[in-house]
Amino acid sequence: MKITINGKSCEGVEGQTVLEVARASGFNIPTLCHLADLTPTGACRICVVEVDGMRNLVAACSTPAADGMVVRTDSERVLSARRFIVELLVSCHPLDCMTCEKTGDCTLQNLAYELGVTGSRMEGDRYDYPVDSSNPFIVRDYNKCILCLKCVRVCNEIQGIEAIKTTQRGFDTKVATAYDNTLQDSTCVFCGQCVQACPVGALTEKKAKGLGRAWETRKVRTTCPYCGVGCQQELHVKGEQIVKVTAAEGASPNKGRLCVKGRFGYDFIYSNERLTAPLIKENGSFREASWDEALDLVANKFKQIIAESGPDAIAGVSCARSINEDSYQMQKLFRAVIGTNNIDHCART
Amino acid sequence: MTNSFGEFADAKMFLCIGTNMTEAHPVAATFLKNALRKGAKLVVVDPRRQPLAKLADIHCQINVGSDIAFLNGLMNVIIDENLYDKEFVANRCDNFEAFKAKIMEYPVERAAEISGVEPETIREVARLLATVKPAMLCYTLGITEHTTGKDNVMSTANLQLLLGNMGMPSAGVNPLRGQNNVQGACDMGALPNVFPGYQKVVDQAMREKFAKAWNVEKLPENNGMMMPHMMEALPDKKIRAFYVFGENLANTEPDIHKVEHELASAEFLVCQDIFPTETTRFAHVVFPAASWSEDDGTFSSSERRVNRVRKVKTPPGEAKPNWWIFKEIAKRMGHTWESNSSQEIWDNEVSVLAPALGGIKYSRIEEDGLQWPCPTLEHPGTAFLHRDGMFTHGKGVFNPVDWKAPAEIPDREYPFVLSTGRRLYQYHTRTQTGRSGMNFLMSEETADISPADAQKLGIQQDERIKVRSRRGEVEVRARVTEQVPPGMVWMSFHFREGSANWLTNAVYDPATMTAEYKACAVNLERL
Repeated sequence: MKITINGKSCEGVEGQTVLEVARASGFNIPTLCHLADLTPTGACRICVVEVDGMRNLVAACSTPAADGMVVRTDSERVLSARRFIVELLVSCHPLDCMTCEKTGDCTLQNLAYELGVTGSRMEGDRYDYPVDSSNPFIVRDYNKCILCLKCVRVCNEIQGIEAIKTTQRGFDTKVATAYDNTLQDSTCVFCGQCVQACPVGALTEKKAKGLGRAWETRKVRTTCPYCGVGCQQELHVKGEQIVKVTAAEGASPNKGRLCVKGRFGYDFIYSNERLTAPLIKENGSFREASWDEALDLVANKFKQIIAESGPDAIAGVSCARSINEDSYQMQKLFRAVIGTNNIDHCART
Repeated sequence: MTNSFGEFADAKMFLCIGTNMTEAHPVAATFLKNALRKGAKLVVVDPRRQPLAKLADIHCQINVGSDIAFLNGLMNVIIDENLYDKEFVANRCDNFEAFKAKIMEYPVERAAEISGVEPETIREVARLLATVKPAMLCYTLGITEHTTGKDNVMSTANLQLLLGNMGMPSAGVNPLRGQNNVQGACDMGALPNVFPGYQKVVDQAMREKFAKAWNVEKLPENNGMMMPHMMEALPDKKIRAFYVFGENLANTEPDIHKVEHELASAEFLVCQDIFPTETTRFAHVVFPAASWSEDDGTFSSSERRVNRVRKVKTPPGEAKPNWWIFKEIAKRMGHTWESNSSQEIWDNEVSVLAPALGGIKYSRIEEDGLQWPCPTLEHPGTAFLHRDGMFTHGKGVFNPVDWKAPAEIPDREYPFVLSTGRRLYQYHTRTQTGRSGMNFLMSEETADISPADAQKLGIQQDERIKVRSRRGEVEVRARVTEQVPPGMVWMSFHFREGSANWLTNAVYDPATMTAEYKACAVNLERL
């Protein structure tokens, strides 16, 4: 199947939407409500494009691509429609970008900038919802919500938790838990998938607050340190500080998903209770020691025990949390240096 | 796992037994839920009506420790009603006749009596399993943490062989592993019987191979001790030095009084950890270690996928990478090891010595990891094992197994069965989650009991009660919940105070030496 986008011939396959073909061919069509893995809703209309032979602009995310289609993504008619949509969104949006946690990573902010929207001709009502920061992980500021409903869809369709839905109608439409309770008094499991999906500053990570702007952080891909699923994470790092953790989009096996521990359980590494020096016990209490002293003490004790009782009088258990290379190294120490197969770990218990 | 998480979303049927997936492996559970939305069937076999059970088409609420009786009864129906995959069994399996003879000893009525599941429900599950193919069988510690753990595992494999659910996508026997690198620690040979890559230490050729690679004259030829045996050998000084790397044994092992007696009697205990723990209290020397994000390396997940872990910060104070600590001890004992980074250890040693990992190098796993077996640099990795019923040993072998009751069953003095597990908001002994805000979501242990028992004993929701076993006692709040059937108490071991491990029974599966965390007898008292 071939379609023409902005004068360029693009290959697509049957069943793809105009958005999918365009993105695969390198064209940037903005979206707010689109979620790659879910059925398109076409709700926000920001992805509108012009298609020859169609009277109205169509939403690229929900329009199937058809052979021979001629599409324009950058005509004045398209840009003007997008500008109008952004103006509408901005008309009731708190323009506190200077202090907003999302600044630099906000789709609405980026769209306003790209489309040259500096304000709105349609000053109207504003929301006045209380900001909910009553839990340690997720801050909810629905004054900034643009009702794209990605949070609702990932909660219901991706994570299958069904903690949030929309309530009310019209301007008063709001995302809420049952009875509009706090998250901790709802069925929410704090996976934070809603935060990752939110294109604006309505849902943000509380721990990240003040630690670094999006443009100051680098993304480092890594693997979650909790269960055995092996979820792929992106650490957003400024200097040596993890600002926040998101799921690596599209990565195997988790395909952009995390749970509460994977997303929010990372900052133990900064605890001031960490062990920071080798310790040797003397007269029933620990004193700090140098590495040389502690390592020599252990090596000499092992040598003494091997000489007196043989290598099988020494045993060790490795760590199922640490990296492969550490377990490899420990079993090598026991087998090749100490001379015993008394090496195990907690797999059996 | 024989299969992969990526196959969950397209699976047509799941049989989940002894797995609390929504709490212990939440992200895996999301893919299962996605499959259910698309019409997949779910059978849950679990004594508790936990969240996964609530999603099930059929929930078989078996009695604790009756897994084999239930599964044998299920297979009895499948064979009796001719519902099994005759072609797969005939061509791809061995030992069917002996297995069938054993299964015939478990008519559905007997299975029903032992497991507490209605005969008609067992028949219904058998017929459902026979009509939807393939089915993925998933299990977790509900299967392994019994004195019959090994036989429980065999029984799950028997079922999947009988149904021909092996060697294809969205099928297989899939143990979901609880810790990020428990698969990797096994793969690396942190086991008393195998070198890296499951090459046996009793095999002379393997010993020679590793002796050459490690530049030593010889390597020990007998299997070593398993962890519970090591600890039991501490009081009589058969083991004189014990080296504990990154484990909080004082909280995680059954019967804390016994474990602490053993640790306290160690002549020389070395602990290597990122935090002071209840275990490091007993140490003579403590080494401070680099943690996750403070070293480069790899974890191997449940689905045999070797994933990269990356360093983003320096370790605090004098803390050092673990591999460096082991290398330094080796040096002081006269051995010079060349590799001087995780990448050098993996690329130049591990993947060279373990054939199944031969094709995995750091350069190939910059993004998504690779699943072993991956023997060559061109190999794409293996999403599911035993393709087309080609098993490692030729054919799949049926293992006839008998049901045995747990070692300690309720009696007049201790009339409740205590079963243990994990909760969503905490992880193991909370060394990590206890320091990352999770206490907000779960701040203390509870004893989960049924509304019927609560009413019988006059226990109110959140009332502090005493739970007592032959080993010890704890005071915790009662959490009265429909999840737990009458006669059962359910707890975790996340909090030292109120940990289930003050109560659990240090009895083990004789082959695996896995403790029976899932079943012991307790009493409940109001304070």
